[in-house]
Amino acid sequence: MHPILKLVVQRIALGLLLLLAVSAVIFLGVEALPGDTAQAILGQSATPQALENLREKLGLNDPPLTRYFAWLGGVLTGDLGTSLTNGVDIAQAIGQRLGNTLFLAGCAAVIAVPLAILLGLIAARHAGRWPDKLISGITLTTISLPEFVAAYFVIFLFTQLIPIFQPVAMVFPGMSFWAKLHAVALPVIVLVLVVLAHMMRMTRAAILNVMQSAYIETAELKGLSPMTVIWRHAFPNAIAPVVSVVMLNLAYLVVGVVVVEVVFGYNALGQYLVDHVTKRDLPVVQAVGLIFAAVYIFLNMLADIIGILANPRLRHPK
Amino acid sequence: MAEPLLQIRGLVIEATSYPPGEPPREVTLVHGVDLTLERGRVLGLIGESGAGKSTIGLSAMAYGRGGVRLTGGTIHLNGREIRLADARTLRALRGREVTYVSQSAAASFNPARQIMEQVIETCLNHGLCGKAEAEARAVGLFRKLGLPNPETIGLRYPHQVSGGQLQRCMTAMALCPKPDLVIFDEPTTALDVTTQIDVLAAIKEAIRDTGVAALYITHDLAVVAQVADEIMVLRHGRMVELGETGQIIHAPREDYTRALVSVRGLEHEEKPPAPPVLQVQNLTARYRGTNFDVLKNVSVELPAGQTLAVVGESGSGKSTLARAITGLLPPSQGRITFAGRQLSADLAGRTKDDLREIQMIYQMADTAMNPRQTVGTIIGRPLEFYFGLRGAERDRRVQELLDQIEMGKGFAQRYPAELSGGQKQRVCIARALAAKPRLIICDEVTSALDPLVADGILKLLLALQAEAGVAYLFITHDLATVKAISDKIAVMFKGAVVRYGQKSDVLTPPFDDYTDLLLSSVPEMEQGWLEQVIAHRKMESAGN
Repeated sequence: MHPILKLVVQRIALGLLLLLAVSAVIFLGVEALPGDTAQAILGQSATPQALENLREKLGLNDPPLTRYFAWLGGVLTGDLGTSLTNGVDIAQAIGQRLGNTLFLAGCAAVIAVPLAILLGLIAARHAGRWPDKLISGITLTTISLPEFVAAYFVIFLFTQLIPIFQPVAMVFPGMSFWAKLHAVALPVIVLVLVVLAHMMRMTRAAILNVMQSAYIETAELKGLSPMTVIWRHAFPNAIAPVVSVVMLNLAYLVVGVVVVEVVFGYNALGQYLVDHVTKRDLPVVQAVGLIFAAVYIFLNMLADIIGILANPRLRHPK
Repeated sequence: MAEPLLQIRGLVIEATSYPPGEPPREVTLVHGVDLTLERGRVLGLIGESGAGKSTIGLSAMAYGRGGVRLTGGTIHLNGREIRLADARTLRALRGREVTYVSQSAAASFNPARQIMEQVIETCLNHGLCGKAEAEARAVGLFRKLGLPNPETIGLRYPHQVSGGQLQRCMTAMALCPKPDLVIFDEPTTALDVTTQIDVLAAIKEAIRDTGVAALYITHDLAVVAQVADEIMVLRHGRMVELGETGQIIHAPREDYTRALVSVRGLEHEEKPPAPPVLQVQNLTARYRGTNFDVLKNVSVELPAGQTLAVVGESGSGKSTLARAITGLLPPSQGRITFAGRQLSADLAGRTKDDLREIQMIYQMADTAMNPRQTVGTIIGRPLEFYFGLRGAERDRRVQELLDQIEMGKGFAQRYPAELSGGQKQRVCIARALAAKPRLIICDEVTSALDPLVADGILKLLLALQAEAGVAYLFITHDLATVKAISDKIAVMFKGAVVRYGQKSDVLTPPFDDYTDLLLSSVPEMEQGWLEQVIAHRKMESAGN
C-alpha cells in the first residue's frame, strides 16, 4: 500500500474512533443530568407510579450500557428518536434545518475563505507597511465586535441607509436558489466579518514564516515579482497551517452561529438546539450534539488529510 | 577594449546590528572594495566568515541579504550602474544576466515543487525561450553535469535526490538561462569530500564549456585554486590581496594570505601504543523503528591520554558510535569497556562517575549552550553537579578553567551571544573539562569554524591533552584535521570500520579502495590537481 494511503486511512479510522468516544461522552453527559426523560415529560407534579410506568415503557430501567447501544444503533440506522415536546421524528426535524445551516455556512465560507487568504497574501506581501496595517486593523476590528453588534450594524446599514436587503432571513422549502441567497445576505455578511480575521492572520503568519527560507531568496534572485514568489513558492509550503485554521472556522460556521440565527430569525440547527435545551428535550440535545461533534471531527480530519497530501515528502517518498 | 562584464568601484556595504542588551548600531561590512571581472573569467573570492565574500558576491545582483544595504560606490554590470537601479530593472537582470548557486542546494530548492519546474522557471519567467526548449536545455545540462537519468531526474522532488546531485541541479538551474555571470557561493562546502570532487569537476567543466564568467566564493583555498583564474583574498570587508591563482598559492605577498596557505600545516607526532582506557568490542546498533544496522560489528580501542580519530562521510555511523559510547543509543550487540569496567548499555544503568568521566563537545557550540545562561553558569554547572562546589570556590575553579582555555577575566559574566564562534567552542571545551573526564568525545568540533580558528582549537585540545592526560575520540570528516591531531585512526564506511590502526599505518599505502578514494579526494593546493585526479580515476576505471 502507498504509505500516504496508509496515513489517510489511519486518520479516518482515528476520526471514527474519536466520534465513537464523543458519542459516549454525550450520552454520559445527558445521563448525569438530574432527572430523566420520564420526569421531563410528566413534569414536577407526576406521581411516582406514573413515572415508573413511563420509565418501563421508554426502556429507561434498562442498564445504561444497553440504552447507549440502543441509541447508537438507532443513530447508525438514521433513527435519532422522537422529540419529547412535540413527538416529531428528530431526524426529519433536523434534516431541513441542517440543510439551512449548511446553506448559510456554505455561502459564508465561499466568500470568507478565498477573501481571507487573498488578504493574508497581500498583507504578507506588504508586511509592516500600510496595506498590512490597514488589513490587520479592519479584520481585528470586525473580530472584536460581538456578533449581535455587528448584526445590528449591518441591519441598520443595509435596511435603513441603503435598503436593499430584508432584516429577517426567512427561508422556506420551495424558494428559488437566488431568492434564498438574497434572504441570507445579511447573516452571511456578518459571518464573513466574524471569521475573516483569524484565517487572514494565520495565512499572513504562515507565509511570513516560509518567507525566511533559503528557497524564497532563490526565487527572488531569479527575478520573480514579489507576488509570484509568494503565490508560487511560499504559499504551497504554508498550506497545512492555513487549512487547519480554515477548517476550525468552517466548523464554527456550522455549529457556533446561534446568535446570528436568532438575530435574523433564521430557522437552523443552532436555534433548534437552544429551543430544546430550554425545554429539556434530551433526545434532541443528544442528537444535535452528536451532529455538531461529527462536523468538528470531520472538518479537522479533513484538515489533517489535506496537510498530509500537501507534503511532498509524504506524497512522493524516496 | 571592450568594457568589463562586472566592474565594482569603492563598494561600501552596511547593515544594522542588534547586539544583545545594547541599542542597535550601524556596522560596515564592506569598506570600499574594487573588483573587475572580464567576460568568461573566473574570480575566486576567499576569506574567513565575516570577510564579506558572500555580501560582495550578491552585490553583483544588487541584492542585500537580510537587511544589508549597499550604501556606497558603483556597481557596473554590462556597462550600466545597478546599485541604485529600481526594483523592476533589478528583476529584469536577476536570473537573466546573473544567477546564483548557494551553499545549500537542499535549502535553496522549494520542497513543494519538482526540480524541472524550478530549473526552467527563470527561462519562462523572463520569456527567454519556450517550455520545450527550456526543458531540452535543462536535460542537456543535467547530462553535462553528470547527473544520473538526465531525462527523468527533473520529475523528482528535491528530497528525492542526494545532496551532491541537488548541488548539480542548482548549477543547472543557474546555467539554464545562459547568463553572463554565475555567482557560486561555497557550492561544495556542505558536501562530503568524495562528493565534492565530482561536483567541483562538473562545475569546472560546465564553466569551461559554456564560457560563462563566474565569481567563486569559498573559504577553502585548495578548492578555489582548482577553478579560478584569479583570486581575491578578503578580510573584515577589505581586500588583502589580488593576484593570479598561481601567484596567490605559491608566492603570497601578504602575511594573512601566507597564514591561509599554510593553515593545513599543523603536525602532530604520533604517540606509541599504550593500554586502552576505552575498548569497544563488536558493537552493533540500529535506531528504533528501522530495520538496518547503522553500526556493524565495530571494534576500536583508545589508549589513555591519546586521540582516536573516527573519520568517514556523512551517514557512515561516526556520530552513532559516539551515541552508543555515551549510552544515548543502547547497542543491540557488543560491549563497551571503560577504565577496566564494563559500561551499562543504556544511560539509566550508568553511575554518576561513568557519566562524569565521559564528556562531549559538539559541532554547533551555539546550540550546545543555553543562550540565557552566562559563561560562568554554563561552566559552573558540572562543578556543582559532580563535585558540589558552591560560591567562591566554584567561581575560582571557573576562572581556572577560563585561564586554561586562554580566555581572560570578565568572560564569566558574558552570554554566549556575545562570543565569537571560536570562543563559544572554547567555552564548551571548558565545560567538558570541568567534569575532570578521562575521555572527551569531540563530534566535528572544528567543522563549523574558519580554518585559522579551527587551528587554534586543535592546538588548545592538544595542549590540554598533554596537561590533563585526557583521551579524545575525535569524530571528523576532514582528513587534514585527522592528520593534525590523531594517534590512531578508524575509517568508517556505511557503519563498519574499514581501516583501523596507528596513524602512520593507516595513512601509509597500500590502501583499501575506500580509504584510497577518501585520501585522494582531499583537495590539494595545487593548480591542475583536480584534472590529474579525475584523469587518474578515468584511467583506473577504464583499466578495470
